[in-house]
Amino acid sequence: MTVFIIRRLLQSFFVLVAMTVIVFVAVYAIGNPVDILIAPDATQAERTAAIARLGLDQPLHQQYISFVGNLLQGDVGRSFVFNVPAFTLVLSRLPATLELALFALSLSILIGIPLGLWAGLKPQSIAGHSIMVGSIFGFSLPNFWQGLMLILLFAVLLGWLPSGGRGEPGEFLGMQSTLFSLDGWSHLILPSINLALFKTALIIRLTRASVLEAIQLDFVKFARAKGLREGRIVGVHILKVIMIPVITIIGLEFGTLIAFAVVTETVFAWPGIGKLIIDSIFVLDRPVIVSYLIVIVLTFITINLIVDVLYSVFDPRVRLQDLGA
Amino acid sequence: MSEPILQVDRLQTHFETHSRPVKAVDGVNFTVRAGEILGLVGESGSGKSVTGFSIMGLVDHPGRVVGGSIRFDGQELVGLAGEQLRRYRGRRISMIFQDPMMTLNPVLRIDTQMVETLQAHQDISREAALERCRESLKMVGISAPEARLRNYPHQLSGGMRQRVAIAIALLNDPELIIADEPTTALDVTIQSQILAEVQRLVEQKGVAMILITHDLSVVAGLADRIAVMYAGRIVEQGPSDEIISAPRHPYTSGLIASVPSRNQRHQRLRQIPGMTPSMTHLPEGCPFHPRCPKAQDLCRSEPEDTWEGPRSWRCHFPVGKDESIWS
Repeated sequence: MTVFIIRRLLQSFFVLVAMTVIVFVAVYAIGNPVDILIAPDATQAERTAAIARLGLDQPLHQQYISFVGNLLQGDVGRSFVFNVPAFTLVLSRLPATLELALFALSLSILIGIPLGLWAGLKPQSIAGHSIMVGSIFGFSLPNFWQGLMLILLFAVLLGWLPSGGRGEPGEFLGMQSTLFSLDGWSHLILPSINLALFKTALIIRLTRASVLEAIQLDFVKFARAKGLREGRIVGVHILKVIMIPVITIIGLEFGTLIAFAVVTETVFAWPGIGKLIIDSIFVLDRPVIVSYLIVIVLTFITINLIVDVLYSVFDPRVRLQDLGA
Repeated sequence: MSEPILQVDRLQTHFETHSRPVKAVDGVNFTVRAGEILGLVGESGSGKSVTGFSIMGLVDHPGRVVGGSIRFDGQELVGLAGEQLRRYRGRRISMIFQDPMMTLNPVLRIDTQMVETLQAHQDISREAALERCRESLKMVGISAPEARLRNYPHQLSGGMRQRVAIAIALLNDPELIIADEPTTALDVTIQSQILAEVQRLVEQKGVAMILITHDLSVVAGLADRIAVMYAGRIVEQGPSDEIISAPRHPYTSGLIASVPSRNQRHQRLRQIPGMTPSMTHLPEGCPFHPRCPKAQDLCRSEPEDTWEGPRSWRCHFPVGKDESIWS
């Protein structure tokens, strides 16, 4: 297991290096931030000074080397716009997005897996059909529209929940998070439902398909022939087998929840990194964009590592291959 | 002779399809006594496996038992509610499946899969259950039960897995074991080992067994009685040696004739002409008549079971002694 994790971390390192090159070149290629950052009526001298201050007068490879050099010291540069260290800026916004993503993911797992199980075990029942029809809505309604409708219904018409923004953080065991305050929860509910709807539909469909596949297998029939109770057959025999594909997808989807919560964060004015990256792209705030991408890549790498470890928990066959390698 | 432990009477298991029902099992009668092995023989699609699953109450949707009776130790199993039937399954009647690669859950350890079988039927501590599992594994010829218990199925060979499956089937000391092609998926050498093991256990424990197979040579040496199935019916049954030496139904006789034997080298293998009929479009009357060399007009009407001592056949024109119809 340790060897496996070390090997994976090494691979991850190369992914990270490749990513910095791609990101740096790609970001460099789009536009000139000076045009946006400097007042149109600035003199040429002011312009040159600004370019020099931002290090944009050096050749590309020079910029890359100093960028990587700084990166190794944990310095990605300062945000052109906010004039604070870009990495710190992104990290300060990360908890908001993580809260949202974690909450949305938990919602979609807690709702998606039981409903998917039900739909898979009783595919011909009315409930089974209803669940599938419902999941089509989750899939096909545009995300931003769902968000607007949620705001319209629960914030505007019913007035139960706030329409946007993040609540006051509470404190628990020295950790600050809006998950620990009532106000935080009330702000969190609508955006996380919005974010969770699509994922829930996905998990329902995946779980159902896996269950339908699993119940035809001989070992399920053998479990019945052993006289096991239905609860044990479903809860142990079927659930453990279908967790393998479900965990893969949940892992991948958690990454995308963090990376692409942009729409939901925009609709609900949620101060997370999704909103930050959109704003930064508009003004070509390169250090922020780069920091954001580094954080996202790190997140994906971490999640994939966790998924791989979870695999071996759920699938003993993976464990054996690992030992052999 | 003792009372039969299992009495199957006019059993009918049909599969509802969009067009017309498929009569996978259509009026099957047989009995099994304690300590007796009944060989249920037939080609694939003849309904022998469905018969086995009907007894277990495990016929897959859209199939269901539509008629007849299955009496186990005096208790009618047809129409029994789920929970009542569950108490029989795995405890008093257990089953061994065809493919040992598929019958064990790949993600659960052997001990989990064995202990749960005991705990589903009795209040027993994990420790006591494990002890029973070790005994059961030893009984089927597994030498290091302790190590095997901690294995996952993929760490065991096919023959070993089938031994584990048999050990699981024996755990609760069942009175009837239904073995559905238990050795078909195994190598020939392993096959005979497993069969010998099964034979010894049945004898030792006095269990009744239904051995479902398409392989006549498997039942010939093992079963006390043979029932031959064709198109959802039992066409002939009786003591093994009598059936093998003097089959009365033309189909049985054809089956025996098509077993390739050693002294027939360079001779064309004999076979029954034609194909197993489609279950949705069975021929009228005796379903075998289109392939039967003895068929006459009368065969378009359904023949009844003819009983003669322990034997019965279902044919208008049974094969006579020393008559050779397949040549």
